Amino acid sequence: MSTPRQLAERRQLLRRLGLIAPGMAMLAVFLVAPLAIMLLVSFLQPGEYGGVKWGEYSAEAYISFFYERDFDDNLVFNTDYLGIFQRSFWLAVATTVGCLLIGFPTALYLALQSEKKRNLLLFLVTVPFWTNLLVRVYAWMLLLRNGGLVDGALGVFGVPEGSVGLLYSSGAVMIGLLYSFLPFMVLPIYTSLEKLDWRLVEAAFDLGANRWQALKRVILPLALPGMLAGATLVFIPALGNYIIPELLGGGKALMIGNLVQLQFGSGHNWPLGAALAFSLFSLVLLALLFNGLRQRGQEVRA
Amino acid sequence: MIRRTPLALSVVLALGLSGAAQAAGSLNFANWSDYYPPELLKKFEADTGIKATLDAYDSNETLLAKLKAGGGNYDVVVPSDSFIQIMVQEDLLQKFDKSKLPNLANLAPTFQKLDFDPGHDYSVPYLWGTTGYSYDSAQVPGGKLDESWGPFFAPPAELKGKVVALNSMDDLFPPAAFYLGIDRCTEDPQEVKKIMELLSQQKDMLAMYNSDGTIERMAAGEVAMHQQWNGAFHRAKEQRDSLVYVYPKEGISTFIDNFVIPKGATNVEEAHVFINWMMQPENIAAASNFAKYNNAIAGAEKFMDKALFDDPAINTPQDKLERLRSFKLCSPKALALRTKVWTKLKK
Repeated sequence: MSTPRQLAERRQLLRRLGLIAPGMAMLAVFLVAPLAIMLLVSFLQPGEYGGVKWGEYSAEAYISFFYERDFDDNLVFNTDYLGIFQRSFWLAVATTVGCLLIGFPTALYLALQSEKKRNLLLFLVTVPFWTNLLVRVYAWMLLLRNGGLVDGALGVFGVPEGSVGLLYSSGAVMIGLLYSFLPFMVLPIYTSLEKLDWRLVEAAFDLGANRWQALKRVILPLALPGMLAGATLVFIPALGNYIIPELLGGGKALMIGNLVQLQFGSGHNWPLGAALAFSLFSLVLLALLFNGLRQRGQEVRA
Repeated sequence: MIRRTPLALSVVLALGLSGAAQAAGSLNFANWSDYYPPELLKKFEADTGIKATLDAYDSNETLLAKLKAGGGNYDVVVPSDSFIQIMVQEDLLQKFDKSKLPNLANLAPTFQKLDFDPGHDYSVPYLWGTTGYSYDSAQVPGGKLDESWGPFFAPPAELKGKVVALNSMDDLFPPAAFYLGIDRCTEDPQEVKKIMELLSQQKDMLAMYNSDGTIERMAAGEVAMHQQWNGAFHRAKEQRDSLVYVYPKEGISTFIDNFVIPKGATNVEEAHVFINWMMQPENIAAASNFAKYNNAIAGAEKFMDKALFDDPAINTPQDKLERLRSFKLCSPKALALRTKVWTKLKK
């Protein structure tokens, strides 16, 4: 016999389940299912000219990530893919650091403006999102190419035209990544600075802190959650970015994104492509997990 | 190979011309974007009374994926030579009823029998071209280079950083094999290693690997040498007269895009009418004049633009015909070695 109280609890539980069901269904259809398919593909045999052989399982894709037969038929440790991952990793790190260095002062400046001016400036930060990324990258190609605006401006300072070769270099990729991801850094930092209680800064000054100390001991720690959120938002998409290295880089060095595309395209090796994508995914997941655990640890301490 | 055209243009083509409803006596035609003159389709409608629509796609891979998914509802599509055998193996194409294609007799002798479809059972050529390289005679030492892949794979020291290769291993691997006298479909790791060494030496001399913007780079004189498709070369030369196109004596890859009828086509009768109509010299010549690539129909030269037909890069001279190498489908093992070379080259 259930008491009325138990019945009410059960009803409430059912209602809760019903309310979260749409959200869970969406996650299942748009997140779990595609990932499951990708995981399955990574454990299949490649088809002869693209596609996979359904039902023929193999861990070959993951093994070939680390080991390969070289041209002399020796089984050797394969550094090619790890090298490409490493390059992408450092490029993403550099992008994140660059975005932090430019993004934090920008956000601080924004937060210190009057409300009216602040809204206008915030609006300006989001304006680039109105245009497709591809169009903006093409605009950079026009700016950076030999004989373009930047090259011409350098010419004014006596640098001979076309000698720098800005476009199709890792520098151009860096500029493109910084430009595309900067708003993702500015906005979260701004959000945490906006909530900041400026009386704390005044208190710091009253207690004898100079401007630098107030920034370092009060503002930076309070902006840290925003900086971490921004770093995550920049680092992860930068790590897997495909179109910017493809268009702005000289095609001389592969990034993870291009490598995955190669396997699904003319490489005809879908399992390897899926395995590479999955390895990238696991790395990102680990980083997020680590970040989450650290934050929880801080909360517990607090 | 992906031939990109301005995005806006393909969108306009795709949106503007694909919307028409399917009626009796209609034809759904899909082609590479910016590769078929819309006016020619109007002429076809006027000549035959068949209502035709044009859709666009951007790569063979896209087309293959569409056909595999059973989608598209296309009656005629235009895959490249490299995909014909794969599509036949995957059972995606219909066999022609050759009694409805009397104009097959118009094919020029070179194209009567092609390795990838010897009897024209599934495909007939639309336009074709070559993947050679071009140089700017005003920028290379001496103003003239050997008719060989040598100057491209081992450029003179003055040209360091002024040479561009196409950014696709399927475009770059075969000429390297031709140059070294190795079978382009080799499965021998030692031979592949030699190709790898040649390509990594060349990499130090290159400005970049890039398949986009070849016309602009050569026309502006930004670089001195560029691996290039002959149609792109023709357009670049219109803007810069000092450009020269090379048919290397070791061999040069051709690419042929072909009309085929997908398995799922609904208007099979109309598809045959269309393909047969396209094999009439005056019609295929209009397509050549639009896309700046040569066709495979004898007698079409009378209707082609003189500037186009007189360009040796487009209309291959008789004495260089034996240098042309038509597409060969390599084994998965050979292709896996190619991918390996590409990854190692760019690791």
